[in-house]
Amino acid sequence: MHNRSLEVFGKAGYFNSQLRIALRNCGIIDPGDLDDYLNVRGFEALAKVLSGIKSEAVIAEIKRSGLRGRGGAGFGTGLKWELVAREKSDQKYVICNADEGDPGAFMDRSIIEGDPFSVLEGMAIAGYAVGSDKGIVYIRAEYPLAIKRLEKAIEAARKQNLLGKDILSSGFSFDIEIRLGAGAFVCGEETALMQSIEGHRGMPRPRPPYPSASGLFCKPTLINNVETWANVPVIVVEGAEWFSSVGTEKSKGTKVFALAGKINNTGLVEVPMGTTLRHVIYDIGGGIPGSKKLKAVQTGGPSGGCIPADLIDTPIDYESLGKIGSIMGSGGMIVIDEDSCMVSIAKFFLEFTQSESCGKCTPCREGTKRMLEILTRITEGQGKEGDIEKLERLGNMIKKSSLCGLGQSAPNPVLSTIRYFRNEYEDHIKNKKCTAGACEKMLSYVINDKCIGCGACKRACPVNAISGSTKQKHLINQDLCTKCGECYKTCKFSAIDKG
Amino acid sequence: MNKDNGTKIKELKEYISSVKDKKHGDSYLIAVLHKAQDLFGYVSREVMDEISLEMNIPTAHIWGVATFYHYFSLSPKGKHTVSVCMGTACYVKGADKVLQAIKDHLKIGIGETSKDGVFTLQEARCLGACGLAPVVMIDDKIYGNVTEKNAVTILKEHSKQNPKS
Repeated sequence: MHNRSLEVFGKAGYFNSQLRIALRNCGIIDPGDLDDYLNVRGFEALAKVLSGIKSEAVIAEIKRSGLRGRGGAGFGTGLKWELVAREKSDQKYVICNADEGDPGAFMDRSIIEGDPFSVLEGMAIAGYAVGSDKGIVYIRAEYPLAIKRLEKAIEAARKQNLLGKDILSSGFSFDIEIRLGAGAFVCGEETALMQSIEGHRGMPRPRPPYPSASGLFCKPTLINNVETWANVPVIVVEGAEWFSSVGTEKSKGTKVFALAGKINNTGLVEVPMGTTLRHVIYDIGGGIPGSKKLKAVQTGGPSGGCIPADLIDTPIDYESLGKIGSIMGSGGMIVIDEDSCMVSIAKFFLEFTQSESCGKCTPCREGTKRMLEILTRITEGQGKEGDIEKLERLGNMIKKSSLCGLGQSAPNPVLSTIRYFRNEYEDHIKNKKCTAGACEKMLSYVINDKCIGCGACKRACPVNAISGSTKQKHLINQDLCTKCGECYKTCKFSAIDKG
Repeated sequence: MNKDNGTKIKELKEYISSVKDKKHGDSYLIAVLHKAQDLFGYVSREVMDEISLEMNIPTAHIWGVATFYHYFSLSPKGKHTVSVCMGTACYVKGADKVLQAIKDHLKIGIGETSKDGVFTLQEARCLGACGLAPVVMIDDKIYGNVTEKNAVTILKEHSKQNPKS
């Protein structure tokens, strides 16, 4: 079932060393055509479990496969199913978390847009295994096409009795409903997501009780990420042994990464766990454009960390990435070259998490704000001795004391950049210098010999820092200059150097 | 498209009555707010009062929910909504410069509407089109590989090609 892409696209460099399990049908089948999906052994897994496999056996198979949650934390999927199956309740829920909020990650969107049926099938199998008849897909409102395709897929599956009452005359009923998010990053956190489905502000709550015991509407709830769901049918059809033969000892199967940033081939890459970052970046991604040097790779979105270039031989799995201060996360992989300043990258991520903090717990609400203030100061050339230590102390405190995953991981980008690029921070603070030339406030503008004395910059300068007579080389008074960059934009002769 | 307010309110009420008697009817509040924003372009205080009466949920709670989620706008928008993606991939490829160029051209900040009422500017988190970074979305059309130089041209072209009454 896997790697059909090779048959279709042929031996193209980009696809050669990929192993496409979760993305097996994306770009291959017509996502709007149920027959197309049936042709690629779609719904075979559901039919198989409904034809007499006991629910315990289904869970055991998922457990044996070693599949772990692809949403980021990597919790054992089979174990999660077992916990929900064990609960006694008149109603249980199965949720698909499609609130893909990490900037730079788009695999969930691609799976739903390209292969919506596989997600539905995975959910129905889980419904059978844990004893639930109600599934909910919580999806971002920012993905209108994905929502449309999902609606169509649910409709088509219902018509063929693959969803709804008494599926394939087996006596098992399962139906799926779509609920829309409304642009809150924190709703990707499971307890916040359920609050949102219930129609409230999406704020997380303390665990325990875990959703498996008391989740949506206080009923036992099984919640998995889109990519996890897409893996389920393959495991059922091809078997746990096959699946667990792929990957490393503790991380089985494949992971989809959204490769983006300063890289030649951007796009989704699905590789076996344990593949090295180097292989993904250079062999599949085709390296860095413009013969620039690789500086770092950022994985895991705003909750992850920056991995420096000298560690790119690290194999990608949950444990190895954790060890070097990053996380697997949902699979965003942003390549950063020498033109980027690591301090401002850290600031960028913190700006994101700070404004997305829901405000419920103090460490995250106030702590991220204070960290951002310090970082802003540093990038504006106002950094003080001791700022780095303060950031580290604050960061560790926020990690330990925040209520949910957002706060617990928000300091990661800052802490990991301090760990690997401490010299850049020191440069900003002590020498007031941004080597990458990215921090605007720390640049100086100097007029070079190309200046013909047209006076355009002089007129553009809002603080009258430029002097010089007509047809003579002009001069910028560095004491008056506010580094607004107006002169640089105005000059038509590339006579102003920024650095 | 040009329905009068009465028709819109009626449509909203019909939608509410189709969901409120379902199990856990209150949980459809966010869906109802989506519907309201589709109809009116934004969610006004008056519309919230209307929803409150129909769904029997206090306006204070609705206000709390509507202000929590970025997707809901509480004030009217311009004819075209310009969302500059500030996701990581776009940021690394210079989205901040694109945003600045658009800000300078329209002379507005984020969340504001230009004086002539044509463009509303907003930041987007990630539009999931990272392969085309940096990306700008105008209404629901995605423009990829935007630079600070061509951003303004794209705005002009878009409003020319998609004149809205």
